[in-house]
Amino acid sequence: MPPLIDVSGIHFGYPGRPPVLRGVDLQLFPGERLCLTGANGAGKSTLFHIVVGLLRPSQGRVVAFGRERGAEADFREVRRRAGLVFQDPDDQLFCPTVAEDVAFGPLNLGKSRAEAKAIVTEVLERLGLGHLRDRITHKLSGGEKRLVTLAAVLAMEPDVLLLDEPTNALDEPTTGRIVEILTGLPQAMIVISHDPHFRHEIATRTLRLESGVLFSPR
Amino acid sequence: MPDVLDGDRDPSAIGRIDPRVRIVAAVAFAVAVVSCRDPAALGLGLAAAGGLMLLARLPVLATLRQMIAMDLFVVFILVMLPFTMPGDPLFEVAGLPASRQGLTRAVEIALKANAVVLALLALVGSMSSVTLGHALYRLRVPENLVHLLLFTVRYIDVLHREYQRLRTAMTTRGFQPATTLHTLRSFGYLVGMMLVRALERSERILAAMTCRGFAGQFPLFDEFRLGGRDWLFGAGILGVCTLVVTVEAL
Repeated sequence: MPPLIDVSGIHFGYPGRPPVLRGVDLQLFPGERLCLTGANGAGKSTLFHIVVGLLRPSQGRVVAFGRERGAEADFREVRRRAGLVFQDPDDQLFCPTVAEDVAFGPLNLGKSRAEAKAIVTEVLERLGLGHLRDRITHKLSGGEKRLVTLAAVLAMEPDVLLLDEPTNALDEPTTGRIVEILTGLPQAMIVISHDPHFRHEIATRTLRLESGVLFSPR
Repeated sequence: MPDVLDGDRDPSAIGRIDPRVRIVAAVAFAVAVVSCRDPAALGLGLAAAGGLMLLARLPVLATLRQMIAMDLFVVFILVMLPFTMPGDPLFEVAGLPASRQGLTRAVEIALKANAVVLALLALVGSMSSVTLGHALYRLRVPENLVHLLLFTVRYIDVLHREYQRLRTAMTTRGFQPATTLHTLRSFGYLVGMMLVRALERSERILAAMTCRGFAGQFPLFDEFRLGGRDWLFGAGILGVCTLVVTVEAL
C-alpha cells in the first residue's frame, strides 16, 4: 500500500539558529499509529508544521496523499485531509462556543450551516461530548478542552491525524479516554508524546527524533 | 475573573427578553435621554432606568457602585462647569463666581449620564459578552468588530492566567514591588514578556485556524427568536422614551 504521508530528506532551521531538522525521512502507512519522541526542541512540532505546509523546508520533499506538495495551494488539501491537533488547546479553540468551534472546519470546507450543525452533533455524540455542545470554550476544563479540539479536527473527516502531545497535562482518566478514542479511530496517525506508558498503549511503531534525524529506538 | 466573562445571569424579567431588543432599546433610550434638557424629563429618565435595574434584578448596591465608577470620569467636568460657564452668579468659591446656568448644565449632564449608564447596565450589562457578540452580529454590526469583541472575550482569561503565572513566579522568587528601579525594570520585563507571548500565541492561533481551512469566515450560531414578550417590551421602552421626550417638549 502506498504511504499516506512520505517526507524525505527534510532540512529545516529557524533563522539565526542552528538547523533543527537535518535530513528527516518519514513515512506513514494506512492503519498505523506512529509515535514520535525526542527531546524538547528536537523539532517534532516543526516536522508537523512542515507536513501541513505551515513551514517550508529548506531542502527535501513532502509527498502527501500521493502528490508532491510545494505551493500554498497544494497544502490546502493536505490540511483538510491531515488534521493537526495543537499542543495547547487554547490556541485551537477560539470560537465562543463549543458548537461553533467544531463547526468552524466543516463551514470552511463549504458545508451549509445545517450540515455543519448535523456534523457537530454527530461528532460530539461519537466522542461522548454531547453535553458540552453549548458550553463557552474558555470555561471548559483542561481535559474537556483537549477532547473538544480532537472533535473539532475529526469534524473535518481527515484521513490522517497529527497529534502534538495529546495527553500533555491531562489526568489519568482523561488520558484513558484519549487512548480509548484514538485506538478506536480508523485514521492513521502520528502522535508526538513524551509519555512512555501512553505510547505503549497506542503505538504500532515508534520513532525518535534526535540531532535532526529520525531513528528507530533499539 | 472580571464580570465580562460571566455567563448570562438567572433569567430575570429582562433576561428573558431577546438580546437584540435589549440592545436596540438601550440605544433608543440613550438617544431619547441625551436629547432632553429639562430636569423633569431627565429625572423621569433616571427613574425609568432605576425601574429597569430592578426589573433586571441587578444587585442594587453593586450596580450603583459601578455607576459611581463612571461618575468619577465626569466629576471634574461637573465641578468645573459652574465656574467656567458665564451667567448669573449664584455663589463664590475663593473669589470665583459660580453661575446658575453652569450649575443647571452640570446637573443636567449628571442626570443624563447616570440614566444612560444605568439603563445600559440593566439592559445590556446583564447579558454575557458572548450573547452580546452574537446579538450585535445579528444586528448587522460590522463582522470585524464583533469578532474583535469575541476574540477579546475568548483570550482575556488566557492572558490573565498567563499574567498570574508570571506574577506568581516572580513572587516565589522573593519579588516585592517597591519604588525602585529594580521593580520598574521587572514590571517592564513582565509586560514585555506578556506582549511577546501574546504575539506568539496569536501566530499559533492563526496557524491552527489555517489548518482548519480558515478563509475569512467565522461561524456564529444563535437561536434568537422574537416573541410577543419581546415586542411588548420594545413597545414599553418606546413608550417610556416618548413620555420622556413629551415631558421635555411641554
